[in-house]
Amino acid sequence: MSLRVRALLWVAVATVAPAALGDVAPDVARRSELVNLVRQDCGSCHGMTLKGGLGPALTRESLRDKPPGSLAAVILYGRPGTPMPPWGAFVSASEADWIVRRLQEGTLDER
Amino acid sequence: MSARVVAVAGLVAIGAVAALVEAARAELGLVVERASGSLQVVDDAKRAGVARIEGLGDLSHASLVYSGDGRFAYVFGRDGGLTKVDLASAKAVARVVQAGNSIGGAISRDGRIVAVANYEPGGVKLFDAETLALLSEIPATYGAEGKRAKVVGIADAPGARFVFSLFEAGEIWIADVADPRRPRVRKLANVGREPYDALITPDGRHYIAGLFGEDGLALVDLANVEAGARRILANYGRGEEKLPVYKMPHLRGWAVAGPYAFLPAIGHHEVLVVERGSWREVARIPAHGQPVFVMARPDGKQVWVNFAFPRNDTVQVIDVERLAVVQTLQPGKTVLHMEFNDAGDEVWISARDDDRVVVYDTATFARVATLPAKSPSGIFFAWRAKRIGM
Repeated sequence: MSLRVRALLWVAVATVAPAALGDVAPDVARRSELVNLVRQDCGSCHGMTLKGGLGPALTRESLRDKPPGSLAAVILYGRPGTPMPPWGAFVSASEADWIVRRLQEGTLDER
Repeated sequence: MSARVVAVAGLVAIGAVAALVEAARAELGLVVERASGSLQVVDDAKRAGVARIEGLGDLSHASLVYSGDGRFAYVFGRDGGLTKVDLASAKAVARVVQAGNSIGGAISRDGRIVAVANYEPGGVKLFDAETLALLSEIPATYGAEGKRAKVVGIADAPGARFVFSLFEAGEIWIADVADPRRPRVRKLANVGREPYDALITPDGRHYIAGLFGEDGLALVDLANVEAGARRILANYGRGEEKLPVYKMPHLRGWAVAGPYAFLPAIGHHEVLVVERGSWREVARIPAHGQPVFVMARPDGKQVWVNFAFPRNDTVQVIDVERLAVVQTLQPGKTVLHMEFNDAGDEVWISARDDDRVVVYDTATFARVATLPAKSPSGIFFAWRAKRIGM
């Protein structure tokens, strides 16, 4: 790929991405539902403070090196052979991405 | 009223309250307020909160046991905190942070030793119930690599013993704590895949661990430990697809009523009924959702059941004689726990997301009181002090 094409592509992504994300990112009310879900219901195995329980910790440090895509897939589809159930009936793919991003940033509670 | 009369009346009132606290200890209880790390002291006779105790750390998964006289409670917090609480003064009187991540605990029959079950580092620690001084530690080490398992389902058993299960190891250990500084541990291996919680029958005879990794439960006859653990209700879900489990069931409590034990099915919207003695399945009762707590009324005539997310706004009542659901109630958003009062004529139910505790009459199913509480979870009355496995 030439430099020029790469630059154009970058501009295109930079212009399109925020709008595309804007379409799918949860609104404020839904965010607070998701935060409650993560803290309370994920929290029944991972701990309300996300430091772990029967399930592993979901802190920024413990998730740092994990690929976001596979973390989102674990949320949506569960981990067969472990107690982690699929949550796809309760959160959409883009909401799972949002949860993963917030967990990896350690910013779950920020508005 | 003169100042002197007011002062005297005040003193009489304080004296009366103190006397009441002494007399009505079994009617006092503690409600865990999980989000704020506090406990509310409640009085069953008044159907009201009487005090709040704060600063107990992370109580997001908390349980507690009582001293033999019901005056003190030992609170096990998620963050490894062990706090001794005095119900008479409504104060925390001792506290240690003894592990990184803890699930629960038990107290010896003689009231001298408190045992805490830990996830991280996996094992059990024994403490002096008077001072909370550490007496000894039992690391839950298993396998050739010496890994440590998470400890679940700890219970006090007759004969100065604690019984507990190792989640990853699939083992049940029985610790003889006659000398609490040198516990002697008997290990039962291959009890089944992933024991997640356990109960001890009210007579102290049998220990039953639920298995997450397979259909069935592991049963140990504590009068004949040499015989090892046997599987009961093996393959209860045979041929049926398992539903997702959004919250682990809890076995601790009196899930034993009349001639039966009532147990939650993992991955099925059913309560399993086994006959004590033969330990054969006698019924499966279809239920509203995946059961979490299955609690028997003290007289054994009813069993109350609550359910996992997302069906957690509902409680059902099973009639033990008919082995059928006879009542469905909706106490509020996110029901986490149920606790009978000493007499069993009322049940207290916590509705976490409605910030309230709802009290029902167990004969008429009428709602008789509603108490405010901050994100309430476990409710524990001091009558537990006298019962095994509570």
